[in-house]
Amino acid sequence: MAILEISELTHFFGGLRAVYDLNMTLEGGELMGLIGPNGAGKTTVFNLVSGFYRPSEGDVKFCGKSIAGLRPHQVTALGIARTFQNIRLWNSLSVFDNLCVSQHHQLGYGFLKSVLRTRSFHSSERKVRKTAEEIIDLLGIRHYALELPKNLPYGLQRRVEIGRALCLRPKLLMLDEPAAGMNPGEVDQLIKLIRWIRDEFKLTIWLIEHHMRVVMNVCDRMKVIEFGEEIAEGTPSEIQQNRRVIQAYLGEEEPVHAHGM
Amino acid sequence: MRRNIPLLGYVILCALTIVLAKADILDLYVQMILMFIGISIILATSLNLVNGYMGEFSVGHAGFMAVGAYITSVLNVMLFTNSSIFGPPLLSPSSAIIFFPLTLLAGGIGAALAGLLVAIPSFRTRGDYLAIITLAVNYIVKSSIENMQVIGGARGFSGMSSVINSMKEVVDLPWTLIWILIATGATVWILQRFVSSIYGKGIIALRDDEIAAEIMSVNTQRMKVVAFMLSSGLAGIAGGLFAHVLGYINPGTFTIMKSTEVLVMVYLGGMGSLSGSVLSAIGLTIALEAFRPLQVYKWVIVPLLLILLMLFRPEGLMGQRELTDVFPRLRRWLGLKPKLSE
Repeated sequence: MAILEISELTHFFGGLRAVYDLNMTLEGGELMGLIGPNGAGKTTVFNLVSGFYRPSEGDVKFCGKSIAGLRPHQVTALGIARTFQNIRLWNSLSVFDNLCVSQHHQLGYGFLKSVLRTRSFHSSERKVRKTAEEIIDLLGIRHYALELPKNLPYGLQRRVEIGRALCLRPKLLMLDEPAAGMNPGEVDQLIKLIRWIRDEFKLTIWLIEHHMRVVMNVCDRMKVIEFGEEIAEGTPSEIQQNRRVIQAYLGEEEPVHAHGM
Repeated sequence: MRRNIPLLGYVILCALTIVLAKADILDLYVQMILMFIGISIILATSLNLVNGYMGEFSVGHAGFMAVGAYITSVLNVMLFTNSSIFGPPLLSPSSAIIFFPLTLLAGGIGAALAGLLVAIPSFRTRGDYLAIITLAVNYIVKSSIENMQVIGGARGFSGMSSVINSMKEVVDLPWTLIWILIATGATVWILQRFVSSIYGKGIIALRDDEIAAEIMSVNTQRMKVVAFMLSSGLAGIAGGLFAHVLGYINPGTFTIMKSTEVLVMVYLGGMGSLSGSVLSAIGLTIALEAFRPLQVYKWVIVPLLLILLMLFRPEGLMGQRELTDVFPRLRRWLGLKPKLSE
């Protein structure tokens, strides 16, 4: 069953057309890639899906239900979690607290109960802490649980950010350039981690990536966009051969040659 | 029962203070300072919620204090005293002893509603721009009261001392002091529980990265409303108590000067540290009393302290840490749980 359906998605920033007539479908359990040159509108697509922008036109359906126009925390509560291109952890909360606060929508208590500390308060806090500790152990970051994220090396911060998204128990996990700024060793670990997460948590992963090694090794299928429009879709090997994709990334071939075609 | 040690300690301390006050061992002057300390603690910790934990810059705390002060005072004077404005009391003056906490709460609720004036704009704007809005709200409150002739306008409003006196006639105890001690304890208790819950940590997430907070399922608009209303509501209660300590209030008391005084306490103690705010509220109130012989020069010395603080310790005395972080043993003595299960 299709978990995410994007139909005729279009978005303008003032006069700039950032995304135009994008259609795509993500099947459950799939590992989908979204690639394209810088400024192609990839992150904008993520921001449109996660509710950060309201699409100018078109619709986004998650599990058959339209989510266009919902506020981000509502979209998240439905089961879409994401990470960010530039790591956005909460730096004055410990790693553990980062993982707890990201389950805010599952707390099920409000201000009054947080002060009165009723039985339901304790049981829901326990549940949230338990989930956070499970994720911490699964990702092998217990040693750093009480550290502040800003004190951790870059690769670990990425891992924590993915952990924070996993705490939401999402059906769809969107990763925005998870390998950005990583050294080759960290990239290898990341590739393993992404695959392992998909199998362990049985979720759908959609990722934006520039790192070809990650994309080619991880994705089942990918979509390529340029100037907000789709230029290709297919398996990694198909995309590698696609002429328009090569053009988009490497520029036009020699004019003389092009004329000959 | 171990975890109630802080509460138990505070109750014993309060009981001791009241007994000493009743026995005249603490004279009226010392009692007065204790009451101002309590009010300062409420103001500083509640402002810390917005300026420290949530990372906004509110400079209009005195405005909310004024709302609470006037609502509580007007209600009490109208209900329990024979005043020239409102005529004979609506209820028997002796019932003030029961209704006082309710009118205090009414002042707090009124101030919390006034807090919406800042909370709603905060959905769209933040930082410097929101600071200007808080300043504007402070002036709106002050000027509105100045123009309400029914409650004295710029001349001020009085009659609260007879409310306190009628409470003393029923049971002869230092009632204002008692209510200030209760309100101070309750404020710190409420705020501590709020900010240490996962729900309350949502406002710290909001300070660190609002976009990430919203996308990671924190309902940022609701958290802002809760934080601003809680902060201004507590300031309103502090205002109500303040009015009953002095027995007379006028709008000129609740200007940006007063807001600044509270700001100094928050920054001196450390943003995002409740124990820091408590310590600096105590310290600064005593220091201001000690500087009293210097008269207006104390307003030269206090800002000078602030300059030195910003130069040499910009994070304040405690930074973002609490006393239990500075002295980890306190956690065990106070019977607090470890942060992570082993």
